[in-house]
Amino acid sequence: MSVVFERTKLLTDKQFHYCPGCNHGIIHRLVAESIDELVQEGKLEAGNVMGVAPVGCSVFAYDYFNCDMYEAAHGRAPAVATGAKRARPNTIFFTYQGDCDLASIGTAEIVHAAHRGEKFVTIFVNNAIYGMTGGQMAPTTLVGQKTTTSPYGRDEAWCGAPIRIAEMLSTIPGSYYIERCACNNNANIIKTKKAIKKAFQYQLEGKGFCLIEVLSTCPTNWGLSPVEAMTWLEENMIPYYPLGVKKDKGAE
Amino acid sequence: MALTLMKGSEAIAEAAIRAGARFFFGYPITPQTEIPEYMSARMPEVGGCFLQAESEVAAINMVYGAAGTGARVITSSSSPGVSLKQEGISYCAGAQLPCVILNVMRGGPGLGNIQASQGDYMQGVKGGGNGDYHLLTYAPSSVQEAIDIMMFAFEKAEKYRMPVLFLADGIIAQMMEPVEMPEMVDYKVDPEKKPWACTGWKPGDDPAKRGVINSIYIDTESLSIHNEHLQAIYAEARANEQMWENYKTEDAEYIITAFGTVARIAKTAIDELREQGVKVGLFRPISVWPYPYDAMRETICREQVKGVLDVEVNEGQMLEDVKLGLEGAKPIRFFGHYGSEFPTTDEIKNEILKMKEGK
Repeated sequence: MSVVFERTKLLTDKQFHYCPGCNHGIIHRLVAESIDELVQEGKLEAGNVMGVAPVGCSVFAYDYFNCDMYEAAHGRAPAVATGAKRARPNTIFFTYQGDCDLASIGTAEIVHAAHRGEKFVTIFVNNAIYGMTGGQMAPTTLVGQKTTTSPYGRDEAWCGAPIRIAEMLSTIPGSYYIERCACNNNANIIKTKKAIKKAFQYQLEGKGFCLIEVLSTCPTNWGLSPVEAMTWLEENMIPYYPLGVKKDKGAE
Repeated sequence: MALTLMKGSEAIAEAAIRAGARFFFGYPITPQTEIPEYMSARMPEVGGCFLQAESEVAAINMVYGAAGTGARVITSSSSPGVSLKQEGISYCAGAQLPCVILNVMRGGPGLGNIQASQGDYMQGVKGGGNGDYHLLTYAPSSVQEAIDIMMFAFEKAEKYRMPVLFLADGIIAQMMEPVEMPEMVDYKVDPEKKPWACTGWKPGDDPAKRGVINSIYIDTESLSIHNEHLQAIYAEARANEQMWENYKTEDAEYIITAFGTVARIAKTAIDELREQGVKVGLFRPISVWPYPYDAMRETICREQVKGVLDVEVNEGQMLEDVKLGLEGAKPIRFFGHYGSEFPTTDEIKNEILKMKEGK
């Protein structure tokens, strides 16, 4: 019998701690598969990829990705990846960050990593809420969305409208490739994987900063079932956070 | 070897390079900006990396990233900037990353001023960031001493897997002195010597050797084990790494305690007082963590010693360690300047004379 399918080698055997219906598991898998495929295709040497985990729901990502890993302080993953990449310029690096880590406490670090054109990939998971601390308002929380710190719904006059990170970073000269994806159906999951793999390919070619924003659900903190959460993402998040390529210097 | 006249900040930067540092991440702040300026020109000459970070917060996290690969990494800043680094310093300590951090101290609190000060002693040796950790902390009192400490700083950081902090008052960085610069050390990352570093583990390799640079231990038991391990390292460092200087203490009736540049001013005061027949000496800690309590007690807790004068450019931060070490054995007087005014030899002499007269 021949093996026609097996688990990606870039994930450890550790069981994910994520809630039912959360998209982190899918996104982890897509990142790992993309790297694994590049290794199998002979484009990337095994062992020549390292990642940086954030603070937030994916804080334990260092236990799941089967390569050398860092666990960074809240929001600082792009700075950690910068230092590591400068020390190992031929190694492929990625940061894996949520919206509170990247779009709130870590805005300076991500903006300046893009500004310097740092040669690593950032996987940015946007679920419009603080997951790990239990459902507080994020900079990405939609106007009117109820959270534990916006119990009457996010009020734009009081605390602004949500930040569109992909669009914002695409205006920075140093960013090379930026795309927003979602994992709400099979077609979009395939598109997300293509985008992630393309970002890693650009890194192999020594291009500039790449970020893939992936819209994700948080059934637990949204107070919805996994299926309801996916519908909520489609009806509320995708209209405000349009999917697609925001910038691709390689295609210009 | 020939003596060269060098500015302190540039000499310290060159010494770091000679000690094997090939990565510098920093942010401009007076009075240490000459260090990043020097590094920006010098690092490319030795195949190293200078990168100006967007903030001190980012700079120390870049240190975290580069040090995690096993490289020798250094960052420098001055007081308000070092406050910003505290988060990352605590993470470096927690993740046991060897690195060197320079604090060229200026006046505080807050924005304070840009003159030399010693106001960050407490921040350096009593904590700074969160959690139970220590840094090997040195307070040089001359440019040459700063160079000499730099030449072993990375080795100590690597031996104990803990960050090294230089507490240098602004004068050390700003003054020029004749110095002897050591030869270049040939340092290369050796994964055998740094098995914890991220050096290219791949699936199929020994899982225990996968590089995980991390300070989170989410369950109570594993965090306790981690902290016990850190405390065992700190105990070893306490036992082996104390450094101090005794100056004319053998027959002294009065002992001055001081660190950094203030200790040099005190030496002049001591020489002048001895010309007047007053027997004064100096006890100067060079490592301020670990503080040389035992050596200080041996120096001071002798019959002929009548009193101690602690002199600092702060409100008496090291004074607490002097008191802790002496446990009330001798009367202690404090003389300090706040802000960033340095004491004169006359002021120090007057304080000793007042003690002698029982005032």
